[in-house]
Amino acid sequence: MAQMKFMCDAERCIECNGCVTACKNANEVEWGVQRRRVVTLNDGEASEVSISVACMHCDDAPCMAVCPTDCFYKTDDGIVLHDKDLCIGCGYCLYACPFGAPQFLKQSAFGERGKMDKCTFCAGGPADSKEEEYEKYGANRIAEGKLPLCAEMCSTKALLAGDAQTVADIFRQRVVHRGHKDGAWSEVNRQGPDTAAAMDHLAYDATRQG
Amino acid sequence: MSKQKRTMTLTGWLAIMLMMVMSLGFASQAMAQSADPERELTTSVGAATPDTWRQVRSGETGPNFRDSRAESTYNLINASGESWRQIRNRWVSPFGLIAIGGMLGLITLFYLIFGRKELDEPRTGRKLLRWTLLERSLHWTVATLFIVLALTGLNLLFGKFVFRGLLGDAFWGAMISGTKILHNYLGPIFGVLLVILLAKLFWHNIPRKHDLTWFKKGGGLIGKGHADAGFANAGEKGWYWLLATAGIAVIASGLVLDFPNYGQGRDTMQWANVIHAVGALGLTAVALGHIYIGTVGTEGSLEGMATGYVDECWAKEHHNLWYEEVKDKTVSAEEAGRSGLDDEPAPQRTS
Ligand code: SF4
Ligand code: SF4
Repeated sequence: MAQMKFMCDAERCIECNGCVTACKNANEVEWGVQRRRVVTLNDGEASEVSISVACMHCDDAPCMAVCPTDCFYKTDDGIVLHDKDLCIGCGYCLYACPFGAPQFLKQSAFGERGKMDKCTFCAGGPADSKEEEYEKYGANRIAEGKLPLCAEMCSTKALLAGDAQTVADIFRQRVVHRGHKDGAWSEVNRQGPDTAAAMDHLAYDATRQG
Repeated sequence: MSKQKRTMTLTGWLAIMLMMVMSLGFASQAMAQSADPERELTTSVGAATPDTWRQVRSGETGPNFRDSRAESTYNLINASGESWRQIRNRWVSPFGLIAIGGMLGLITLFYLIFGRKELDEPRTGRKLLRWTLLERSLHWTVATLFIVLALTGLNLLFGKFVFRGLLGDAFWGAMISGTKILHNYLGPIFGVLLVILLAKLFWHNIPRKHDLTWFKKGGGLIGKGHADAGFANAGEKGWYWLLATAGIAVIASGLVLDFPNYGQGRDTMQWANVIHAVGALGLTAVALGHIYIGTVGTEGSLEGMATGYVDECWAKEHHNLWYEEVKDKTVSAEEAGRSGLDDEPAPQRTS
């Protein structure tokens, strides 16, 4: 079984917020909730870097470990989902989550927060019908054999989603090819007589740009 | 006039065209430069530097930190979340269970070894007023709320390990949601009432010298005879001051958790939760002792808090100093029964 993961290539992310918009649209999440966010460090400085974050579907998920209702579960694909019928909106998952993924519709007196909402890796959640599932959790693209829309729509392919192994392989290749003549977009230059020399050169590049 | 203007316009146009051509030349030169990967290699800067990661790990945001989520106050990585999880799940939960389970064990053992503390002398039948109606009402309201809050609190911490599998999701869902509502709405009421009760009993609970002796004698368990005690003995005072310190901390941290509308952050909530849980579990364990001593453990104590009156003999044995002060205020059982609910005189304020 696949182990689904997101990965955001900070060298590529241009902070266009396309992923955020795609997610909003795919899942029709409620007003005030934004399952994905783009964080920019050192905005406007030479070291500016942006990264798109949502639930990272942790292996040893802190949210799951602290939830008093035990409403989280992991699918066979390693996706962390939760049951909104059980959720009491205590906010513990938010205290524990490393990525600020869990969100609430409100923050009212007496701990009234409503049901927690977070990224589902476009895999929906527990419900009796498709309509109810969409209503509560948004799209279930995984069931249709599609990957999350945020990554699919990413204009620079900074945001990758899919099986951890595949995603890691793509990223590793990128790191090796970074600064390559065609920006690692094509594989043309990997064939031909000077491949070995080019690879050497690119490896050197990798140490400089990580 | 018009011819001169035309000439100027023409010159102007020529100048602009010339500038455009020149700038195009520069631009293409610049483009040629940036398209050269070799050159680019030497000038480009990798975006994520070691300093970036240090910044992320420390949770620092700084003036040039941006988050595209509306009204977000978050940093990139909530590093303390994992520490909170470990403190709560690895330390607070198991040790809370040990404290409460251990206390239950100790009480049972104590009961089996020493048994119930009976009165040494026969009852005289004369009664002394110990708790006014107001004090009794406050005590029992606070006590009931305490028990409800303790049970719901325990359910929030441990319930999922027991009831979810036992009762099924539908029942468990309703149970845990009711638990949260009870806990969150009754909590503040408990807080207010406990503060009033503590204020009401303050004068009884000022520590005195004889309290030290009481502790040395183990409350009368060690050596012969009863230890000296005023209206409240040293053990009761200890419970009072525990409630006045740990209890207040539990209430304060509870309020922090219960009112997220003031915008307190995740880190504040994490600490509030740890203080709340440690304090509440500790108080629950000690409360078990208080409940034991006040009910099964000691003959004649519960009737004081139930009717307001205690037997003269009980007062003499357990609170000798208080008894000395109020011994001429005894009433008969009938009088006590009659004034049990109305129009009662306030008991003498002593410690
Ligand atoms: S909500 Fe947070 S802690 Fe839970 S799986 Fe997602 S990223 Fe991990
Ligand atoms: S808010 Fe809901 S999902 Fe999050 S820990 Fe509480 S009950 Fe679980």
